[in-house]
Amino acid sequence: MNAEVIATRFRFAVNVLPKEGILDPQGRAVEQSLPHLGLAGIGEVRVGRRVELAVDAPDALAARVVVEALSRELLCNPLIEQYAIESLGAISAARTETGG
Amino acid sequence: MSVRVGVVVFPGSNCDKDTAWALERAGAEPVELWHESADLQDVAAIVLPGGFAYGDYLRAGAIARFSPVMRAVAGYAANAGLVLGICNGFQVLAEAGLLPGALLRNRSLRFVCRDVAIRAGPTDTPFSHLVPDGRVLRMPVAHGEGCYYADAATLDALERDGRVLFTYVDDAGQPAGILDRANPNGSVRAIAGVINAAGNVAGLMPHPERAADVLLGSDDGMLVLRSLVESAGARAGTIPSGAAG
Amino acid sequence: MSADLAPAAAPTPLHRALGLTDQELAEIERRLGRDPNDLELAMFSVMWSEHCSYKSSRPLLRTLPTGGPDVIAGPGENAGVMRIGDGWAVAFKIESHNHPSAVEPYQGAATGVGGILRDIFAMGARPIAVLDALRFGDPADARTRHLVNGVVRGVGGYGNCVGVPTVGGELVFDPSYQGNPLVNVMAIGLVREDAIVRAAAPGPGNLVILYGSATGRDGIGGASVLASATFGAQDPSKRPAVQVGDPFAEKLLIEATLEILAAGLAEGLQDLGAAGITCGVAETADRGGTGIRVDLDAIPRREPGMAPFEVLISESQERMVVIARPERLPEIAAICDRWGIQSAVIGRVTEDGDIAVVEGGLTSDGAPNHGARELARIPARALSSEAIVFDRLAAPPPRRRKAPAPGSPETAADILPEGGTDPGAVLLGLLGSPNLASRAWVAEQYDRHVGTNTVGGAGHGAAVLGVKGTRRALVATTDGNEAVSALDPYLGAALSVAEAARNVSVTGARPLGVTNCLNFGDPTRPESFWQLREAVRGLGDACRALGLPVTGGNVSLYNEAPASAIAPTPEIGIVGLLDDIALLVGPAFAADGDVVLLAGPAGPGLGGSAYAALAGLSAEDDLPGLDLIAEAAVQAFVRHAIAMRRVTAAQDVSGGGLAVALAEMSIWGGRGGLFRVPVPSAPAVALFGESPSRIVLTVRPPDLAAVRELAGRHGVPLAELGIVGGPRLVVEMFGEGATGAAEGRGAGIADALEVTLVDLRHAWDHGLTRALGEDA
Repeated sequence: MNAEVIATRFRFAVNVLPKEGILDPQGRAVEQSLPHLGLAGIGEVRVGRRVELAVDAPDALAARVVVEALSRELLCNPLIEQYAIESLGAISAARTETGG
Repeated sequence: MSVRVGVVVFPGSNCDKDTAWALERAGAEPVELWHESADLQDVAAIVLPGGFAYGDYLRAGAIARFSPVMRAVAGYAANAGLVLGICNGFQVLAEAGLLPGALLRNRSLRFVCRDVAIRAGPTDTPFSHLVPDGRVLRMPVAHGEGCYYADAATLDALERDGRVLFTYVDDAGQPAGILDRANPNGSVRAIAGVINAAGNVAGLMPHPERAADVLLGSDDGMLVLRSLVESAGARAGTIPSGAAG
Repeated sequence: MSADLAPAAAPTPLHRALGLTDQELAEIERRLGRDPNDLELAMFSVMWSEHCSYKSSRPLLRTLPTGGPDVIAGPGENAGVMRIGDGWAVAFKIESHNHPSAVEPYQGAATGVGGILRDIFAMGARPIAVLDALRFGDPADARTRHLVNGVVRGVGGYGNCVGVPTVGGELVFDPSYQGNPLVNVMAIGLVREDAIVRAAAPGPGNLVILYGSATGRDGIGGASVLASATFGAQDPSKRPAVQVGDPFAEKLLIEATLEILAAGLAEGLQDLGAAGITCGVAETADRGGTGIRVDLDAIPRREPGMAPFEVLISESQERMVVIARPERLPEIAAICDRWGIQSAVIGRVTEDGDIAVVEGGLTSDGAPNHGARELARIPARALSSEAIVFDRLAAPPPRRRKAPAPGSPETAADILPEGGTDPGAVLLGLLGSPNLASRAWVAEQYDRHVGTNTVGGAGHGAAVLGVKGTRRALVATTDGNEAVSALDPYLGAALSVAEAARNVSVTGARPLGVTNCLNFGDPTRPESFWQLREAVRGLGDACRALGLPVTGGNVSLYNEAPASAIAPTPEIGIVGLLDDIALLVGPAFAADGDVVLLAGPAGPGLGGSAYAALAGLSAEDDLPGLDLIAEAAVQAFVRHAIAMRRVTAAQDVSGGGLAVALAEMSIWGGRGGLFRVPVPSAPAVALFGESPSRIVLTVRPPDLAAVRELAGRHGVPLAELGIVGGPRLVVEMFGEGATGAAEGRGAGIADALEVTLVDLRHAWDHGLTRALGEDA
């Protein structure tokens, strides 16, 4: 008997930035170097990192729960960083399996 | 009358005094070139020393390359001036496009401070002409982002044109594999230093100024520095003053 | 009955929430002659915290020897400073950053490095080296590995970037540190004798200039909340705004500061650390016999909306305060601008001896503006030198016989690698144990060369730094014996001093002075305070016997978690001076045929030894004795022999005993040796016992007679052990205790130890990485 399996792959980006109030040496260094490029009127520079990933899950909510947990546990150091999750869309794929 | 060699100082450079000291031992008169100034003060060669210019924030060398002094250095290099980048200096030159390729984070993802063995490729350059053919030099590396990378076409061109200035070698004198302990950062093709097509700009990750005295472990670095100082002297028409060691 | 809501709890009084006791509050009221306002209470709470005030330890520390003909600055200054000749002086100090490192290991360690560096250049000295003494729990534990990685990356990340080489230190694993890692950082700097600057604020009318990074909410309450309280099990409130270090900013700060000093612009200089601006102004005013009026509004902030108390106790990093004459301001500002750092006049020196905080600005004469408000006024000395002091209760612990761990073997043999009672296997087990194996994995993450002063290989007992422009060299080491201290804190502290001094002497250098970091538990527990008191007594006695002044240091208390307190850990830092660097001797076997000698008294005792720990022995009754006179003699003899150029290698006998010392010398030298060791009682004691005051030295055969004669003159016992050479380390044993028939623990050992260099090297190379799971 054939069974149709639908797997959905959800894509996310996790943007990690220094927490408010935490010193951001990178942001400060970049900001202070801007005059060298002859640029004015740019401020509040903060430097962080962005992690993109794809999660296999039955639905978007379940996928997001996984990404939240990963962000808290690994991608972000909650003492000094904050994170924001961006949803980048989903891909569904249907597969057929032959049963035994 | 000594050869004047400029040592660029960025905020965060921390090997500038060491480099000046070693250049003096090589017979030169070191001249501090402050990052804010485009005045290169008539020096016969320029060294970009090691350290953490601008903290290495964003990317090592990324911010430094926009400083006034670097615009002047780019012009100096375009006019065939001699420029040597050591460690952070190499990173700055790569970010500035004065040397091909990029220096990535060490493969181990850790900072590595270790003695390495390197061999000169071409020994007819201003930076290596005093290095005997085939001689293995020992000097320390100390960096977190020293993994040399360039695309395959660039690498092939570098090798074909004899522009891989230094290579990390293993105990057998062979180029060290990427995972070899002798290759401290995982550089492709064990590249420790490169020279540009015009032959006047070079960069290397190991620190010749730290191998300037047997007391410190090795004086092999003097072969590189004295090559630079002599070449600079020849161009400026001056003779290096009595070099120490 | 329906569930009732619990009656609202009475709100905690502010002083208690800030960590002050009722007794302390009463004392504050007495000092001020009135009730303190909230801001004043906050200032007292940080300044009277254990970390800042040393309130539990000051009476003990006063018993330490601090004077000496070469001491230029001692305890009470930012760092100790001693004369070394040729117009140079060395500044040095050790400090802890234990609690922050447990919370956020990278930043805790990084800011620990930053803080101690500032203490050095606050004296006008250019920092030239850092040593880190790190202690953790079980290396197989995931949390320990997380801490180790974070701390090592933090030390390296900060030190490497700021351009100061990390040249030595310790890495010790012991179960007692499981909940409380220790991060002690020592820094050394060089300064011209006539350029030393003090942390005083002389001259009423002078400006108080803050320069460096802006002030944010870093570590608010860190001083009083973290360092003066033990950790609760799950206590998120104990995770205040974490201090983030910026080594790039610190590098700029070092250069700007040294330029300001070189131009003669400073009357006084102080770095900001624990308790931030409050501490900076209070200490400098107190030392200057003056007061300071603080212009709150003028302090540059990193964030909007900061309350006065936040600005005043913030522990934002990379900030300094310079006291200067008003006419110097433009030059100081120009230097700061050149280096891209902020500067601001944040106060004036006054005559009244008070710290006065003003909101609303000051006039150009330094008086409060019309309409400005005074928010706080406290006598500087009440916050600083006359902070409250306690005479704590001390009581020794009840004598507890520690039983061997359940299932522990009858003989040492069974749990050691490869089984059997083969002393070679025991040696490999010791060399491969995480506390004795090679530290290359850590050392390679630190730049040890920057500054081009570092001489000699990494991992040797002491770090050696040349002093450019002279023939001299400085030698530095840190050591701390927690294993013996746990059993006998007096002896443990004395042994720590002896070992640190010995590590210096074996290079040929003369130990100059001591800095100490005392890591202990809760001083309000009589047992714990007794340990501290005994350790200080031992530290003092050992320093007096060895002629070493204590030039300053740090006390870190409350290193406890509900489940455990750390083993009392007196971390000793010693700086030594080698007058001629050509005389430097290292620990590597230098040449085949060299004669190997053991100087110093043989002693019993496996208590507190690495062997006892590895073998699961309960050796608490078997502590080594320490004869300080013999210790001084053996060190003087070895230094003398080195000065006479008769010594080709020297190594002290410590962790793992004589066999490990010989193994290390073999590994470093790439050559083995053939030795015969007398065994009076038990082979384990002869091979692995850690009784102190012993040094292994090698001499060329023609020099043997002269060295023997010299030892005789110094009254030092000298035994000939054997000859260097060959690819193996072979130790034959002879004497009453040597046969396998001898009774007692550790005695059932086969007669000869024989291991190849290859095996020694392999065990030593991999021991640490294997224990940490880092073996690639």
